[in-house]
Amino acid sequence: MALPQVKLDATEARLSGLTLPEGGWSAAARADAVARVRAMGLPHARDEYWKYTKPNTLVDAEVPSAALFASDEAPAFGERDRLKIVFVDGVFDAEQSDDLALEGIQIDRLAEASDIHWAKDLYGVLETKGQDPVERPLAALNTAFATDGVLIHVQSSPSKPINLIYRHGQETSDAILHHVIKVDAGAEVTVLENGPAAARFNKCMEVDIADTGKLHHIRLQGRDHERRAATHIFARLGTESVFKSFTLTVNGQLTRNECVIELTGDDAVAHVAGACMGDGSFHHDDTVFITHDAQNCESRQVFKKVLRNGATGVFQGKILVKPDAQKTDGYQISQSLLLDDDSQFLAKPELEIYADDVACSHGSTSGAIDDDALFYLRARGVPLEIAQDLMVIAFIAEAVQEVEDESLQEEIVGRVEGWLARRRG
Amino acid sequence: MLEIKNLHVKLEEEDKQILKGVDLTVEPGKVHAIMGPNGSGKSTLSYVLSGKDGYEVTDGEASLLGEDILDMEPEERAAAGLFLAFQYPVEIPGVGNMTFLRTAVNSQRKSRGEEEMSAADFLKEVRAKAKTLKIDADMLKRPVNVGFSGGEKKRNEILQMAMLEPKMCILDETDSGLDVDAMKLVSDGVNALRDEGRSFLVITHYQRLLDHIKPDVVHIMANGRIIKTGGPELALEVEQNGYADLLEENA
Ligand SMILES: Nc1ncnc2c1ncn2[C@@H]1O[C@H](COP(=O)(O)OP(=O)(O)OP(=O)(O)O)[C@@H](O)[C@H]1O
Ligand SMILES: [Mg+2]
Repeated sequence: MALPQVKLDATEARLSGLTLPEGGWSAAARADAVARVRAMGLPHARDEYWKYTKPNTLVDAEVPSAALFASDEAPAFGERDRLKIVFVDGVFDAEQSDDLALEGIQIDRLAEASDIHWAKDLYGVLETKGQDPVERPLAALNTAFATDGVLIHVQSSPSKPINLIYRHGQETSDAILHHVIKVDAGAEVTVLENGPAAARFNKCMEVDIADTGKLHHIRLQGRDHERRAATHIFARLGTESVFKSFTLTVNGQLTRNECVIELTGDDAVAHVAGACMGDGSFHHDDTVFITHDAQNCESRQVFKKVLRNGATGVFQGKILVKPDAQKTDGYQISQSLLLDDDSQFLAKPELEIYADDVACSHGSTSGAIDDDALFYLRARGVPLEIAQDLMVIAFIAEAVQEVEDESLQEEIVGRVEGWLARRRG
Repeated sequence: MLEIKNLHVKLEEEDKQILKGVDLTVEPGKVHAIMGPNGSGKSTLSYVLSGKDGYEVTDGEASLLGEDILDMEPEERAAAGLFLAFQYPVEIPGVGNMTFLRTAVNSQRKSRGEEEMSAADFLKEVRAKAKTLKIDADMLKRPVNVGFSGGEKKRNEILQMAMLEPKMCILDETDSGLDVDAMKLVSDGVNALRDEGRSFLVITHYQRLLDHIKPDVVHIMANGRIIKTGGPELALEVEQNGYADLLEENA
């Protein structure tokens, strides 16, 4: 089918502004991705999948500028021992990064891995697979043009987490990063991500977890107000493997986080959760697609959005259960807490089930703080503002509890408390 | 301690008068009981005193220790020493019982200009008090009232009261939903707090509670007014004869 002219023009305009990096082993995948982008066309406001989120600023050839943001908070994850890998405007910063050496894992930079590499079997492969049944052109664009990223092969459980740190240095930076993480059987790893990456950020993460492998992913997005970001996670899970991803987003003009998970081995567990705090011109979109293609797997989607002052939250979440995926346990909840009447939450929860012996539930709600609970707290002497904060923290608790590590939970809650406190001046 | 004069209250949203001139004075150190038919306005009185939204005071006044409370925020009334044990304690998913209690204790202290309680002292005190009310550690850890049985919720109210050490305690049907043993526990908890500087207003339907918590004064409320005030014998009279005669006297 021929693409509409507007789409064609926008796609070509964007492509003409980008240079295909010298790929080495990834050259074929990149060339293929360019062809796929051309065939699909980049997202357009009339696309069904972009009904609630305007894609134009993510697609435009020209990058909308974003003011740099100087945080007054302590650096995220700063208290813990971790391997730091720093990118400034999408460019690897060796000086600020640790040695890319950690027992049990092999870490290479995408930009440097020029010869034949293990990641060849994964790079763009999971992304391509994730294009069906819904197209995700920004991810294909990423595979084609990513300038850097890390290729992490976890052979055995490392002693500390890997922390991908992003920094924003220029007001019109346009960063495209692509990470590949391969977790071997029995290995367990934690990947932390944080920091404002660029004025516009397109990030893709392909994750392949072998049987009994485990990946914990904790991401803090924000607090830069003006940035735009489109991110994708493509995860493939083997038998008895575990993938748990949690994202806290505070502020940001536009954020679209897509997560595409395929449960391919029996007894696998996938949890994707997120909490976002939005104020004013904030638009946050979580788009999740989980495919159950094996028996007795569990998936959970838990998304909580706190919105005020005209902020918008979007959730598109789907659980697809294939005919043979018996004993599937699927859970999906998306909720928004609207702190005033100007904010809005748009949700499209979907279940598509072809197996007969499954337990799937989903729910979506939108509401204000419970007045009775607020009164109860105040009647015990808790001042209104603190009572409201407690209610907000309580609201996001179910999502935060998806993080297994309690000290990380505390850090996340601390950041949310900071966000709330700043709004009280 | 608590002085209510000619209190008239209507619903904010509807043109419905609920309290139609309540007069009530509770002296320091005393226990007053209020009994009365369902829907007579007992809970409304307790809510209005503690500052719940949705009610409009159309006439009259209420003061705590000489201070007008009707214009205060709920948290200010609490800090001034008012406590309401709710007829229906609210479940708050996501807020831990301990976090809640500690925030409440320290908020009140702060607003009175007192020093906050340290985490260690708080923990010690809450454990000791919970123990006497047979509230186990697991209940303390759970979110506020979530998954608590009816009786556990009521015991949790008394624990909060014991921790906050208020001056004027209003107990709205704290006995409902309690088994015989729990009733004894709760009453002992209340009695342990009885003090010259502390007063109680106990709303109940049953004499049984008043066997444990002996009132100095009993009021009968009907149709938004106190229609009769007497000694403990008034509660016994209600227990035996119901409200019919009393209502007739007042018709
Ligand atoms: N928010 C409200 N909206 C509508 N009606 C109300 C509201 N609050 C109280 N009322 C009405 O006011 C009257 C008094 O209610 P209240 O709860 O104070 O009675 P009560 O004496 O505590 O009764 P009970 O013994 O059953 O607890 C009732 O008719 C009740 O339906
Ligand atoms: Mg009542």
